[in-house]
Amino acid sequence: MNPLIPLFVVTPLVGAFLIMITGRFIKESDKYLTSFVLLFLVFISFYSLLTTGENLSVYKVGGWEPINKVPIGIYMVMDGFTSIFVCIINLIGFLSAFYSSSYIKRYTAGNYFYALFCLMIAGMNGVVLSGDLFNIFVFLEISVISSYALVAFGVEKNELEASFKYQVLGGLASFLILFGIGFIYWKTKTLNIADIKEVFNAGYDKSYYLFVQILILSGFGLKAAIIPFHAWLPDAHSSAPSPISAMLSGVLIKAVGIYVIIRLFFNMFAVSEGMAILITTLGTLSMVIGVFLAIGQWDIKRLLAYHSISQMGYVVLSVGIGMTLVSRGANQEVASLAIAGGIFHLINHAAFKGLLFLNAGAIEYTIGTRDLKEMGGLAKSMPVTSATSFIASMSISGIPPFNGFFSKLIIIIAAIMAKFYLLAALAVIVSIITLASFLKFQRYAFYSKSDVMKNPQIKEVPFPMVFSMVILSIICVLLSLLAIPDIRDAILTPAVNILTDPIKYSSIIIGQ
Amino acid sequence: MKGMTLIVKKTTQLIGGMIFMYGIYVVAHGHLTPGGGFAGGVIIAGSFILITLAYGDDFLKLVGEKAGTTMVESFATIMVILIATSGFLFGTRIFFNNFLPKGVVGHLVSAGVLPLYNIFVGTEVAASIFIIFLSLIIFKEESSK
Repeated sequence: MNPLIPLFVVTPLVGAFLIMITGRFIKESDKYLTSFVLLFLVFISFYSLLTTGENLSVYKVGGWEPINKVPIGIYMVMDGFTSIFVCIINLIGFLSAFYSSSYIKRYTAGNYFYALFCLMIAGMNGVVLSGDLFNIFVFLEISVISSYALVAFGVEKNELEASFKYQVLGGLASFLILFGIGFIYWKTKTLNIADIKEVFNAGYDKSYYLFVQILILSGFGLKAAIIPFHAWLPDAHSSAPSPISAMLSGVLIKAVGIYVIIRLFFNMFAVSEGMAILITTLGTLSMVIGVFLAIGQWDIKRLLAYHSISQMGYVVLSVGIGMTLVSRGANQEVASLAIAGGIFHLINHAAFKGLLFLNAGAIEYTIGTRDLKEMGGLAKSMPVTSATSFIASMSISGIPPFNGFFSKLIIIIAAIMAKFYLLAALAVIVSIITLASFLKFQRYAFYSKSDVMKNPQIKEVPFPMVFSMVILSIICVLLSLLAIPDIRDAILTPAVNILTDPIKYSSIIIGQ
Repeated sequence: MKGMTLIVKKTTQLIGGMIFMYGIYVVAHGHLTPGGGFAGGVIIAGSFILITLAYGDDFLKLVGEKAGTTMVESFATIMVILIATSGFLFGTRIFFNNFLPKGVVGHLVSAGVLPLYNIFVGTEVAASIFIIFLSLIIFKEESSK
């Protein structure tokens, strides 16, 4: 048993409630405490990433050992796929929290902000580490309920409206998920993901199985904002304070949406071709429609939010292609390549979308507007913001040598090798439209001449904000190293292997 | 917020303490009888809510009470986590480990750490439900001004 696993949940929980006490007595202790807690989590998450590899370690909460190979305790599982996710969550979380230490000065009640922030991190870490279906639901509720409050943190009219919309659709999603979990529990009499897989392997009613799959897919699809379920995302992500937008877009929709879909559809349900094609179709729809909705936007954060839908489409599409190939049983290497491309793009998206939202926050912090038409010529007065946002824009548009290029290249190569020529062509076209819309962002925000430029009061944002943006832009460049085969084998391949192998996950967990 | 009539106040005086004691009873016997931390906590919060409604309170005092209750709530949550972590530190490195002696089944002091969890969960639930109530009252007072 790996004793580090529960620390990912315990530390931010203790942090959250400690902030509520110390924040009242010691001024500004909240921001130092949050940054410290998250820095600690970053260290242990990278330690886990380096030590996990192909291993899979299980932690049984309360020390309840299985009886007759039937697991009775709550299991927490750390494998290659999970360790990538905890790194993303805690690293982006730390940088956002550090960025907040100067951004949040415009709001009151900073200790509530940091406490909710830590709770959100605890919930997301719990979701990705959980090996138990109901525990996933509990941690998911912890993280999304904190995010409802954080979206409404400005308590202005449109923020409250966005939060309300988010809550209604989030509540619907939770209902669908709980319903699905209830149906699974009814048939299998167990909640452990590995055990459910074993029970379903013994035989199941086909229509019942399909019904459960649809419930789970639509529930977590709502959390992940895949296209027919995307209505809440643009409002919620654009109304939240910018570091929170970076967390929501960069991490939350992945950890509570995409991660769970990938994990459950590979490791819990048997991979079937129909479901794989459905997932691929949803991914393609998100990718294409998301970018067309994005290109007409003039509000920076709304534009970025729609691009999140589109880029998540790439991930879902690529994983869907991999799933289709796995279900056909042919071309396992191409399937692995497609899934690796999807996970690679997901990591990259966390980095560059987090950075773009932090840039948008920096612009809003300085000139007080999010409308592209009202800004311009900021490149001279805000050189760091301009440079980092240029890197992020080029990354998301897939320009070499930045990270987005390599992941999109892998996805497109995998689609061609799998003979999905139309999808490959669509991926290229969407990438070009993405480039167009980010060139628009660059031109209107930083380069075109306007009166805003002449205002001498506009200067670069404070150090914590600059620090987070610079670190994220360095990560954007460094992540392209993941395309090198040796590094890819060390980090991405364990994650892909645990997903594509139909029995490895469940047999190891049940065997322990 | 204004209080209620003399009859209500007198009745509250008579039964408020009893409700509070009953809540403590339910919390303390959580590992023996139905109920436990959550149910008992709700009953305890009920007694506080009853007294606040019957006697009324000054607006500023309500705000202060809310701040204090938030402290109690956070403290109780941290204590739950600390007990869970102390199981982690003693011996087997297992979170939520029941490391205390189990005692005799049916005795009040038995079942290891479970009564401790119940006490702090009860405190946490009582505090958080009272906070919800106070927030609603404070909101109403603010909007009526």
